[in-house]
Amino acid sequence: MPRTSPEVGGMGHSVRRKEDPRFIRGKGTYVDDIQLPGMLYLDIVRSPYAHAKIKKIDTSKALAIPGVLAVITGQDLAQYNLHWMPTLMSDTQMVLPVEKVMYQAQEVAAVLATDRYIAADGAEAVEVDYEPLPVVVDAKKALEPGAPVLRTDKPGKTDNHIWHWQWGDRTATDRAFQEAEVTVQQEIYLPRIHVSSIETCGCVADFDKVEGKLTLWMTTQAPHAIRTVFALVAGHVGLAEHKIRIISPDIGGGFGGKVPVYPGYVIAVAASVLTGKPVKWIEDRMENLQADSFARDYHIAAELAATKEGTLTALRIKTIADHGYTDAAANPSKFPAGLFHICTGSYDFKAAHVEVDGVYTNKPPGGIAYRCSFRVTEAVHTIERMVDLMAHQLGMDPAELRFKNFIKSEQFPYTSALGWEYDSGNYAGALHKAMEKIGYAELRQEQAEKRSRGELMGIGISSFTEIVGAGPSKHFDILGLKMFDSAEIRIHPTGKVIARFGTKSQGQGHETTYAQIIAEELGIPVADIQVEEGDTDTAPYGLGTYASRSTPTAGAAGAVASRKIRDKAKKIAAYLLEANEADLEWEPGKFFVRGTPDKTKTIQEIAFAAYTNHPPGLEAGLEAVSYYDPPNLTYPFGSYICVVDIDKGTGEVKIRRFVAVDDCGNIINPMIVEGQIHGGLTMGLAPALYEEISYDEYGNILGGSFIDYLLPTAVETPKWETDKTCTPSPHHPLGAKGVGESATVGAPAAIANAVVDAMWHLGVRHVDIPITPAKVWKLLRESGVTD
Amino acid sequence: MGSQKISLKVNGVDHEVVVEPRLLLVHCLREVLRLTGTHIGCETSHCGACTVHLDGKAIKSCSLFAIQADGREITTVEGLEQDGTLHPIQEGFWQEHGLQCGFCTPGMMMTATAFLKDHPQPTEDEIRVAISGNLCRCTGYMNIVKSIQYAAAKLRQGE
Repeated sequence: MPRTSPEVGGMGHSVRRKEDPRFIRGKGTYVDDIQLPGMLYLDIVRSPYAHAKIKKIDTSKALAIPGVLAVITGQDLAQYNLHWMPTLMSDTQMVLPVEKVMYQAQEVAAVLATDRYIAADGAEAVEVDYEPLPVVVDAKKALEPGAPVLRTDKPGKTDNHIWHWQWGDRTATDRAFQEAEVTVQQEIYLPRIHVSSIETCGCVADFDKVEGKLTLWMTTQAPHAIRTVFALVAGHVGLAEHKIRIISPDIGGGFGGKVPVYPGYVIAVAASVLTGKPVKWIEDRMENLQADSFARDYHIAAELAATKEGTLTALRIKTIADHGYTDAAANPSKFPAGLFHICTGSYDFKAAHVEVDGVYTNKPPGGIAYRCSFRVTEAVHTIERMVDLMAHQLGMDPAELRFKNFIKSEQFPYTSALGWEYDSGNYAGALHKAMEKIGYAELRQEQAEKRSRGELMGIGISSFTEIVGAGPSKHFDILGLKMFDSAEIRIHPTGKVIARFGTKSQGQGHETTYAQIIAEELGIPVADIQVEEGDTDTAPYGLGTYASRSTPTAGAAGAVASRKIRDKAKKIAAYLLEANEADLEWEPGKFFVRGTPDKTKTIQEIAFAAYTNHPPGLEAGLEAVSYYDPPNLTYPFGSYICVVDIDKGTGEVKIRRFVAVDDCGNIINPMIVEGQIHGGLTMGLAPALYEEISYDEYGNILGGSFIDYLLPTAVETPKWETDKTCTPSPHHPLGAKGVGESATVGAPAAIANAVVDAMWHLGVRHVDIPITPAKVWKLLRESGVTD
Repeated sequence: MGSQKISLKVNGVDHEVVVEPRLLLVHCLREVLRLTGTHIGCETSHCGACTVHLDGKAIKSCSLFAIQADGREITTVEGLEQDGTLHPIQEGFWQEHGLQCGFCTPGMMMTATAFLKDHPQPTEDEIRVAISGNLCRCTGYMNIVKSIQYAAAKLRQGE
């Protein structure tokens, strides 16, 4: 039951979103909507080769086009030492190349023109003479002796290996495997995919030569951190941090793809600084798919050990992580493989060991999330596939094996074999609810009947545990910046509110959710609260929105700052009521004297007094700031069950039903949470059945446009059936956990498990995602089912 | 390629603009007429973010030259609201949480309104097929379907 009235709209109310009135009228302001007087346009020349020396760049024909003002090359940037930039993982990335290109579609030069179309003409007219070099696209081959060394820019580099990372107790794990009664092992490839937000990336850079100040409207999920990066990279050319203002306006979807700094942004800034004019760069969809950061590309070899009775004993994983030509992932700096070591999942393991090797190839950089916390989908997919494999191997029902091995409710807080302290959970509760909702027992019966008739039906479970809300500063930083987040709340004399946060919504609905948090804590109606984010000149410093961290960090900061305000309000109320503070009680929106409920002061009356009649000895005004450093991560979880029917003739997988039971702790806005789950499920369906970016042996991208990179439409997307359990986080001020990515993380394994379940009796043990009709058809043909 | 003068009636207002023959209609709307509610997500007619009405029919304005629309009537998302009253489709999207980032929303609403004119009582499957040329990455479409059903019911009431 909500504590506040619908008019106040605190936690638990499905408040209609405050941001929607502008969006439904077409009055949002996205980066490409910004048009400044005298603005110039940037277009980028891209490499047709995956690996080639640049012998010559001839700009004469481009420069001869009326309206083309300049062609910027790596040589031009090298004069200012801006041709390379650091990545968030402390590797280096070319802004524009001087010697060679490392992947197809890499930026080679940039054309500055008075008009979008002329800039494109100019890019077409730049002539580049390349000398192709041997191409390495396969991460495993890249590690073989004698493979061409790609990063010749790194002195002394003799191979393509980036880093080795391991976690857990190898000795104990190896011993557990030696002693194991039953083991299963499986190679699992999670292919390259792309977040493909419907708005591509871009910016408008506007350098004011008189003030020496750069204003940069930019599609970024992390404006403050990016400002600091710009100041560190370009400080030597005069761009100090107080002279950089980054504005992240309305963002048309992020999902992790708008965390990195892409070369286009840097070139646009350089062009604006050099010309003193505003410069716009907006990538098109093919540039977005072909050059922006990818997700996944993990080659996983997993082994699972258990007793004959089905007690899981150990997990061992070796992984090769293909990072493309540079490690431009966006992970906390301590964790090059992100939070992949959440891979023990929802199960009580005594021993586990995981190791990952990062590798360079001639592919675009990345290794970012795809609507998931750092590498968590990779971890969840692995453990959920392996548990299913073990269940089938043992002849146990996959649900039964899960129940037998779940971490039990009374074990929380629970320290996993790989060192994470899970805050709270009720894994059996979620799976029970999902099974009940979908009618699990009846479905198994139906499956048996269908199987006897030769029909292919499968049921797949995924009981995932997420790890979000990065994170506690003792372990989490990006480039040294601790991963706290912030809120700054000011109550105006008339009781209305402006609140600014260090995060940045890309569709999550922060303007509403954060207002509801303040409404909950202060009893001020949501309608009276203005929430702002994304402007580094006005908002408090924060690390941004990704990894489902907004509610766990900035949301918590909002609650803490509100409570600071309430503490001061109490002093003012005591003064106004001529009462002792100790005698005052709070109910949402007002203080009253205990035992005398008609002696009250509303928060609005208190706010007015804070500016007109503040108590002697107390500062005027009513505002507070919180930089919230979470004591732990949060661990949302859920159980998903998927039912599929497979067409034996075509190999097509049809999702008949999909039940999703999620637990994200206490819920702020149920409508928004459900919307996040619908979207997350759909972005779980997408890589499970449709999306993949692959390359041929020459490094040519396959899947570089919407013609062959298949985003699910409304027709492919099933009708999701959602439900919830509620296990509050014990350490978050509101008991909330974050929810934006749970479904993306949990859904693919449920689908893959259902497909394998449908074909297990035919000898099928695993199918890599995306599970295309062609792959299934081939398996059916091999097993003699299909002619 | 000389520029040409064309006439467009956009959201009931007559405009005469001088454009290059190669200027896409979407750029004409966004950059010449400054109606930025119509978005660009792919420029290859796959995503539908640029959907507008041309003489009442939903079309993708990234795949049409402005000069092809000479003398014709265009409605964009900015033309849905009438005299300060939201169109039922706008109400539906707000009420049913049919949008998150809002980028695909104008195109979705324009596709939906054109569809509802011919299909006042659509089934869920018909709605899903009707919007299958419009991609949304945030919502998973379920609430978009509900938003369109909301609008359909409201429009039927209004008749």
